[in-house]
Amino acid sequence: MTDAFLDPLPWLIVLPLAWAAMAFLMGAGRGARLAIVALAMQLFLALILATQVLESGPVTHVVGGWGAPLGIDLLADGLSVAMLLLTQAVALPLAVYAQAYFSREAGQFWPLAGFLLAALNALFLSADLFNLYVTLELLSLAAVGLVALGGKPAQVAAALRYLLVSLTASGAYLMGVALIYGVYGTVSIATLAPLMGSAPPMALWLSAGLMLTGLLAKTALFPFHFWLPPAHGGAAAPVSALLSALVVKASFYLVLRLALDVFPNLTALVAPGLGLLGAAAILYGSWRALRTHHIKRLVAWSTVAQLGYLFLVFPLLAPDGLALQAGVVQAIAHGLAKAAMFAAVGVLMLATGRDTLEGLAGVAHRVPLTLFAFGLAGVTLMGLPPSAGFLAKWLLIDAALSHGQWGWVAVVIGGGLLAAAYVFKVLRQAFLLAPEDSRFQPVPRSMEWAAFVLAAASVVLGLRGVELMALLAQGAP
Amino acid sequence: MTSGLVFALAGVLLFVLGLGGVVMLSHALRRILAFNLMGSGAFLVLVGLAQRDGGVDPVPQAMVLTGIVVAVAATALALALVRRLHGAHRDD
Amino acid sequence: MTLNEALPLAVLASSLLPGLVIFALPEHWVGTRTTLNLFGAFAKLALVGLLLAGVSAGENYGFRHEVLPGLELVFKADALALLFMTLSTVLWLFTTLYAIGYLEGAPHRSRFFGFFSLCVTATMGIAMAGNLFTFFVFYELLTLATFPLVVHRGTPQAMKGGTVYLAYTLGGGALLLTGIVWLYGLTGAADFAHGGYLAVLGSEKAGQLQWVFFLLIAGVGVKTALVPLHGWLPQAMVAPAPVSALLHAVAVVKAGAFGVVRIVYEVYGVEFAQSLDLLAPLAVAAAITIVWGSFRALFQDDLKKRLAYSTVSQVSYIVLGVALFGPIGTIGGLVHLVHQGIMKITLFFCAGNYAEALGIHKVSEINGAGRRMPLTTAAFTIAALGMMGVPLTAGAVSKAWLMDGARAADMGWVTGVLWTSSVFNAAYFLPILWRAWMRPAPAVWPEEHIPAKGRRETAWLLLLPPLITAAAVLVAGVFAEAGWSPLSWAELIAGREYLR
Repeated sequence: MTDAFLDPLPWLIVLPLAWAAMAFLMGAGRGARLAIVALAMQLFLALILATQVLESGPVTHVVGGWGAPLGIDLLADGLSVAMLLLTQAVALPLAVYAQAYFSREAGQFWPLAGFLLAALNALFLSADLFNLYVTLELLSLAAVGLVALGGKPAQVAAALRYLLVSLTASGAYLMGVALIYGVYGTVSIATLAPLMGSAPPMALWLSAGLMLTGLLAKTALFPFHFWLPPAHGGAAAPVSALLSALVVKASFYLVLRLALDVFPNLTALVAPGLGLLGAAAILYGSWRALRTHHIKRLVAWSTVAQLGYLFLVFPLLAPDGLALQAGVVQAIAHGLAKAAMFAAVGVLMLATGRDTLEGLAGVAHRVPLTLFAFGLAGVTLMGLPPSAGFLAKWLLIDAALSHGQWGWVAVVIGGGLLAAAYVFKVLRQAFLLAPEDSRFQPVPRSMEWAAFVLAAASVVLGLRGVELMALLAQGAP
Repeated sequence: MTSGLVFALAGVLLFVLGLGGVVMLSHALRRILAFNLMGSGAFLVLVGLAQRDGGVDPVPQAMVLTGIVVAVAATALALALVRRLHGAHRDD
Repeated sequence: MTLNEALPLAVLASSLLPGLVIFALPEHWVGTRTTLNLFGAFAKLALVGLLLAGVSAGENYGFRHEVLPGLELVFKADALALLFMTLSTVLWLFTTLYAIGYLEGAPHRSRFFGFFSLCVTATMGIAMAGNLFTFFVFYELLTLATFPLVVHRGTPQAMKGGTVYLAYTLGGGALLLTGIVWLYGLTGAADFAHGGYLAVLGSEKAGQLQWVFFLLIAGVGVKTALVPLHGWLPQAMVAPAPVSALLHAVAVVKAGAFGVVRIVYEVYGVEFAQSLDLLAPLAVAAAITIVWGSFRALFQDDLKKRLAYSTVSQVSYIVLGVALFGPIGTIGGLVHLVHQGIMKITLFFCAGNYAEALGIHKVSEINGAGRRMPLTTAAFTIAALGMMGVPLTAGAVSKAWLMDGARAADMGWVTGVLWTSSVFNAAYFLPILWRAWMRPAPAVWPEEHIPAKGRRETAWLLLLPPLITAAAVLVAGVFAEAGWSPLSWAELIAGREYLR
């Protein structure tokens, strides 16, 4: 009993639920300090879990001692622990940021953020398809609530659109789960994996198609990206950061799980298509990012483009695991960098009081730390060394070349140059001399530093790829 | 044809109807109703297909119960958002 | 960590850490900033001196860190690295002094010196890179660190120059990356090695290796300003004078040329490259660049633009020396890496002085500047004569070795290229000298700033660096045979490459 009590797994879910509930009871706008302390503990727990997994392989926790199929099992392998670490590492600096950002007008930000994180942690730890559905829905509900937080009509409309897409997608996923249960009588990933023969029944095809389509819509892969720019581009800065960095990664994680553990044969068939959609996302997203004059929209479109890289992984999946590692590293690198970038843009918008690129002239010497953070995050997005984004690109190119597939190499390299074009579009503007009549608002230092810490993490992680790879190897198929 | 299969086929029909509704309708309230139809379809499939062996399998029952709770919560949120949006438009 | 592992890292840290602190300094803390800058520069000088002594005595300095399984950051301070490091460290010191004087009272100096230090850190990383991956990491870092310097003035014109610079260099970086990953796929992880490490692959992979060579050289060729990849260099001259000095002499174009040296000698190996028929096309590309650069320089009225085209031409002397199969050409190319640096930095310092003191930006405005600013013009004259290859200057030494190298390699046409270039050099430098010394001064200078203490032609901090580097041009020419000269060091390196 004491063992189960000290196990970090359930605490990673219980803790955010607890502080979310307490923040709700404390009333609107309260609970920032509680959240920061609890998030520090969560990060610590995730680190403990990571060392456990590194030392002794995947960890399982049987909730309440019931056991599957009626009870719920939690499972932490290298992949889930990496995502858990990312989640807590992004959330903690963002909480510090949000405390200053919202000052007194946080509304229900803290409870919603707590529920969001609980759902994310639960999702990464779930070991069966139905439990994943529940966590996915909880995640969407919390995320939609956060988008609508400001209460402006545009935000509410974006939230509603996001919710409907999300619900439809989860519905498709649920139907897929029902079909799988109908065929195999189980939804546990571990039990399903060995049952998948080389000639699956028709129902399984249907089920895979439904689940995959639903998840792609949630991950905003081109052409399902339409809901993302208004939702991420319109929300409050800390919310955009959470959504772009973490929420879309959750459904990608699920796609990866399904592709690796549940439908390996079926995925191989659609893999080229996924890769092409990814390439289209990179090109289209970057092009739209280049065209927009609204800085936050630019960053949101950049998310559409960067998500495309995640799907280049599928046509290159091979036993050597290079492509899989590339996908996870890209997800982590983008998570840190995009959180930093939205945070930095939030500071820039507060400082200039404007939301367009033209308004940025002169910020290079008014909020240099923030601009530096934006630049560092940009380095990761462009995939320049020594950032984690570069490691992802290196692994992807390596995987593509070892398959002799030059097309993907061109997409990766070209995508990096396009990212450079839109990142430097912002930086150039920032280095221009400010017009005489421009006014700058002072910005709390804690916001600037939070953005900088996230950006620096995305770069420094590039020097610690060996540890990350060792973690990912734990429990990999 | 067993009763389970009938349930499952009805579920598929409901799901397709609901999906069509969510994608093609434009009125927010109708789309929310259509989403509920989709959900019910999936639940029916889950319960229906699980009755193959004649006996009652408790696992899908538990799942459907959970699923209904989630669907109710989602519907409530959607309705709240629609009201908010409606209110904002009326104020203008 | 042993001392021999720590020293290369200390060289990086000696500019990185002061740079990071400088970013955080308030604008008006001039004293602290200057102290930090000079502390960094002198500390680096001392460390490089230590390394020089060690390497002459046969010590090995290196450090490795694995970033991915099989992918390592490798630093190695070998003889070739030290040639470049010594040049950059010494010139960085003078450029820092010059920049402190040049930017006195200008805005955003913390940002400027912060990126300035990052830039030199990247250059040191390039010099000490022990494999292609490490080289690439610092090559891209150099691009990122120089961009804010190029656009430092924040004018629309600076932005345009900066954008062109980025487009070229990031594009080149993409080519380089492709080539490097391709090569890693063929060989696995491999360090730079004397005589190259590709010969074991044999001629079966010749086709692929030729493509990789093309990608790598095109990648570093952008920074080297090989024609037709040179378009950014004349555009980037909108940057402040110390930055131009840095771009042209200390860091950027040198990083490219240095990359060519490493790729030909320590990746492919000069003999293997010759057997793959890679050297002759490289020599042709260098020859075209040399002639085209000096030809275009003839028609530039803007002084800094004329100097920029001159750089395009002169840097390819290094590439040409590398492409000449044989030790003599190698020595010529390597020694020109140093000689071009000290000559060109002198010219840019002087151009900056003309602009600062008298507002002279164009060749046509320089009439009579020799009387008004005799010391600056004397320094300019020495460096310009060096560029032409007049005897007793550094330039003459490099040209002589390159010509001998060409004859030894049976590439007689190269001597023709060198003579043509010398004629063009004279044709675009001599008119400047003649105008400055012989023509009467105008009644009013374009924009005269009278220095604070009347008698001097400009501030000491602006005057000393070009005088010292001009003296170095003479010393390197006159005492070329001395044991400590750049030439002797280049002979040492060439010996290690050819007499394995």
